[in-house]
Amino acid sequence: MLLIRCPYCGERPEVEFHCGGEAHIARPDTPAEMTDADWASFLYYRTNPKGLHAERWVHNHGCGRWFNALRDTVTDAFVQTYEMGAPRPDAGNASSTATKAA
Amino acid sequence: MRRFSISALLKEAANGHQGWERQWRAPEPKKEYDVVIVGGGGHGLATAYYLATVHGITNVAVIEKGWIGGGNTGRNTTIIRSNYLFDESAALYNHAVNLWEGLSQELNYNVMFSQRGVLMLAHNHHDVISFKRHVYANRLNGVDNEWLTPEECKEYCPPLSISKDIRYPVLGGALQRRGGTARHDAVAWGYARGADARGVDIIQNCEVTGLQRHHDGSVKAVETTKGVIGTKRVGVVAAGHTGVVMSRFGLRMPVESVPLQALVSEPVKPVFPCVVMSNAVHAYISQSDKGELVIGAGTDQYVSYSQQGGIQIINHTLDAICELFPQFTRMRMLRSWGGIVDVTPDRSPILGKTPIPGLFVNCGWGTGGFKATPGSGHVFAHTLATGEPHKINEPFSLDRFRTGYLIDEAAAAAVAH
Ligand SMILES: Cc1cc2nc3c(=O)[nH]c(=O)nc-3n(C[C@H](O)[C@H](O)[C@H](O)COP(=O)(O)OP(=O)(O)OC[C@H]3O[C@@H](n4cnc5c(N)ncnc54)[C@H](O)[C@@H]3O)c2cc1C
Ligand SMILES: [Zn+2]
Repeated sequence: MLLIRCPYCGERPEVEFHCGGEAHIARPDTPAEMTDADWASFLYYRTNPKGLHAERWVHNHGCGRWFNALRDTVTDAFVQTYEMGAPRPDAGNASSTATKAA
Repeated sequence: MRRFSISALLKEAANGHQGWERQWRAPEPKKEYDVVIVGGGGHGLATAYYLATVHGITNVAVIEKGWIGGGNTGRNTTIIRSNYLFDESAALYNHAVNLWEGLSQELNYNVMFSQRGVLMLAHNHHDVISFKRHVYANRLNGVDNEWLTPEECKEYCPPLSISKDIRYPVLGGALQRRGGTARHDAVAWGYARGADARGVDIIQNCEVTGLQRHHDGSVKAVETTKGVIGTKRVGVVAAGHTGVVMSRFGLRMPVESVPLQALVSEPVKPVFPCVVMSNAVHAYISQSDKGELVIGAGTDQYVSYSQQGGIQIINHTLDAICELFPQFTRMRMLRSWGGIVDVTPDRSPILGKTPIPGLFVNCGWGTGGFKATPGSGHVFAHTLATGEPHKINEPFSLDRFRTGYLIDEAAAAAVAH
């Protein structure tokens, strides 16, 4: 079981949390202009990296708040948690890290 | 290839079993192949086998980064059934069951296919209605499935508790008698041996790291840890690592990789006659010929390549097993493990073309692709040989996520399968 640091409550066991999937996927501002391929990409296509992954978690059996986390999908270790709406902390080298770790 | 037979066995018994040869070669890669298959699991090896036997294409390489069958093929709980709800799935999985029935003979290799029946338990009113719907839909598609009362379930599987006092009492079950289990390793080995004998090169300990393309964008070669290998057609059959391989090729996929766990008990005498699955309380169980209870647990909730899952997932499954089969409460568990499964949004596989000409993909089998191994290999070989999908895998295109023609077995089963 993972040990997760909620930015609001501190370290708690994984069973108190629910994972909300990949982070930073913004709902399109102009839905009427989206093609079917754009929708497919928004709804279904995911990065699924072997390495650092930015994802959403909610502390649903605790404070009930959402936050983002950077986690290594090879070791499952949480590297960092950060607030919803904040940019990905390693944004500059995010994609290169993900492919390198493969 | 030396065939297995009674006389070969007797001869070798007299000879101290010294005369058996290697079951497949360990070749160095050639400069070029007609088809390169990435991934030496059951699906990749079956694809190579049918390319050779059905389509006469033998200049084929199966490239495997570890050892063949070391991925999900060698980690799964081997449940085989075809009682899926939608017409497209019924056709695909039943195609596989039809091939399973003759597979040991076809391969001259004992895959220990045992049609002991798969019983899926209903624990609430919704289950009952939904399973009966499955039974009727399956019958219309020529797939055997029948409804059993709790007493009939107990008769079919005596260790089952049908007590009304348990937390989720058994209200009945759907039984597919043609379903059952097979020996996972033997499936990989049998296909490998058959493909190798027809000239297919199985290249182990070789990882595919990239793709080279012609000016028109079509496939030219794959880059591997053993050098560049030229080819016109590539089939990616990499299960949990599909996303990794495809991202090296510059493509995103509608797939996420998550751990799925299983465990086995100490071996005991035959106590369990069939396969029982319960989606509602999440447990599935059968007994191997070695005597171990083979128990399947659920997936973890996050993307991972760690090949291990959370202990709470296993605990949850064992709670369910103990309640349904009280006699197993004192069994000791011997070992547990995880595999990385590639799940799609509709929990149906992807079998067909990609946006890159010459590149084909067979993935997304998620938690339930072992049962499909022969059928998947058979139709994917057709796709690679002709460049077009077989009628059976046509609906399972990558493009369905754009057109919206999903085959939503996730909604139909409401659980991993
Ligand atoms: C615990 C568990 C229980 C399961 N139970 C069942 C069940 O009861 N019934 C059922 O039907 N299904 C079950 N499944 C699912 C089933 O195991 C899979 O769907 C199926 O085995 C997939 O077969 P495959 O040949 O596609 O994949 P694999 O056997 O995983 O083969 C893929 C291969 O690709 C190789 N590879 C990956 N990347 C590269 C690369 N870059 N270069 C070269 N090679 C590469 C891997 O090393 C691997 O050997 C279960 C899975 C698990 C993990
Ligand atoms: Zn919290």
